[in-house]
Amino acid sequence: MKTKAQTASIRHTGRATPYLFLAPYLLLFGTFVLLPALQGLWISLHDWDFLLPRRPWVGLRNYTTLFSPGSRDSGDFWQSMKATGLFTLFSVPPLVVVPLLVALLLNRQFPGRSFFRAVYFAPYVLGVAVVGLLWRFLLDPNIGLINHYLSATIPWTTALPWAWISLVGMTVWWTLGFNALIYLAGLQDIPRELYEAAKVDGATRSQQFLHVTLPGLKPVLLFVFTVTILNSANMFGQSFLVTQGAPGNETRTALMLIAETGLRDFRMGSAAAMSYVLALALLGVSALNFRLFRQEDS
Amino acid sequence: MSATATRPLSRITFYALLVLLTWVFVAPLLWMLSTSLKTDFDATRQPLSWLPRPFTTQAYVPLLTLGSETPVLRWFLNSIFTATANALLVVSTSVLAAYALARLEFPGRRVLFGLIVGTLFIPTFLFLIPNFLIVTRLGWLDSLWAVIVPGAGSAFGVFFMRQFFSTLPRELEEAALLDGANHWQIFYRVILPLSRPSIATLTVLAFLTNYNDFIWPVYVLFSPQSFTLPPGLAILQGAYTTHYPAIMAGGVIASIPAILLFVFAQRYVIEGVSRSGLKG
Repeated sequence: MKTKAQTASIRHTGRATPYLFLAPYLLLFGTFVLLPALQGLWISLHDWDFLLPRRPWVGLRNYTTLFSPGSRDSGDFWQSMKATGLFTLFSVPPLVVVPLLVALLLNRQFPGRSFFRAVYFAPYVLGVAVVGLLWRFLLDPNIGLINHYLSATIPWTTALPWAWISLVGMTVWWTLGFNALIYLAGLQDIPRELYEAAKVDGATRSQQFLHVTLPGLKPVLLFVFTVTILNSANMFGQSFLVTQGAPGNETRTALMLIAETGLRDFRMGSAAAMSYVLALALLGVSALNFRLFRQEDS
Repeated sequence: MSATATRPLSRITFYALLVLLTWVFVAPLLWMLSTSLKTDFDATRQPLSWLPRPFTTQAYVPLLTLGSETPVLRWFLNSIFTATANALLVVSTSVLAAYALARLEFPGRRVLFGLIVGTLFIPTFLFLIPNFLIVTRLGWLDSLWAVIVPGAGSAFGVFFMRQFFSTLPRELEEAALLDGANHWQIFYRVILPLSRPSIATLTVLAFLTNYNDFIWPVYVLFSPQSFTLPPGLAILQGAYTTHYPAIMAGGVIASIPAILLFVFAQRYVIEGVSRSGLKG
């Protein structure tokens, strides 16, 4: 069945019209998204040294190397995976909880609400280059503002556990506004009548939070949780700029190692294999998330 | 949750919390600005002071000199240029493609849209190595092309615009089609004027994404003349290890466009983020 408009559209435009609209985008999408998505896998199956003329096929060797203890890349790789995992483990809880508290605060009606909303969101619009530069300075053990206020000489960027505390703290400062905003949108979608009904039933504020707010926020929580995990697993700039992976290689993340191996040492086969292993790990984590959230439903 | 909800949190506690949080977010930025206006000596003088003694703009001088070793002004111009060019490319190609996907019938439309949305779930670091090789083959290494073009095949842009176009009523086209307009005319005269807020949001988001991207420009640009701000700021730290005012001045210069754009388009950015976030 064709509507009037569709019949008319055949009359007024040629068959090629949709493709002409799509052509400029598809050229970019094909070249820089679709093709590379497949090419990466191909590269990972070769000994792809950018600087050498030949790139022999090695099958799964780049992958098996990563899983053989004592091989060239496996030690560094799993150390970097551990760093990424630890950062994710440390940063996700505060990035899920603190923005929720901020959103609850901002969800009240008060004069200047949009001003505060904007202020809390502002650091997020700055790039990691500025944020890293700024925090490196704030965390300087001798002349940094943080130690000045604490009257301490904590080595924020060169010793554990301080390096992790610094990286997590600056990331919370930087991205808290984004998650708070998502929560705020979610809070405003919860029907007011639910709160009214709960109040009539004599529910206290904390009961209202547990039985109305949290269930109402469930899809938003899942979104925030998943996106935060993915962003934490992609962490690069904070370590690159602020701790430079120090102390030792403790805070060198997987993405840092992938970039160093592939784009500085030009061993692209290994780097591509590493990025697929990281991607698969992330896929596993996401699948687990969805399963956990769904199980609670039933 | 309304104005009546003041019992668990007294009004005073509430405002105290707001002010405290505001200070946490604003103080680092003010400290960056204040330090950039100090002398090297003053920046490290104990006790630390919020007010420059004396107030000086000396730290900005070498950064704003194009011939210096750290031509922040040049990186700034490069960044503005690449982010603007990238945003224009993202917006123009996405808007055209999204129109076809939302409003035109053609075979394979659903599959194509599914394919585009599907790529949104691929972690971006998977593209790092292959795109580096593609950019090398195109001869774009160390040139601004490498920062402008590859990110422009934006699946997000198409998704974002398509969702908006799908909400417009069909009657808009029907009337125009009966008047003898073709799809190019409908697109240009009917759809685009109605889409200004969405297009503005996408432009701002695309600009900021490109302006703030770090890992890619750090590895595809090598010579200081072709740097954009992110790789530039990364080496600024090494060039001025102890000259904190100069480093902070670099941060201030780099923050200005993002902050200005944010203040100017705040409502759009915030709404765009929260809306696209929930639907993503």
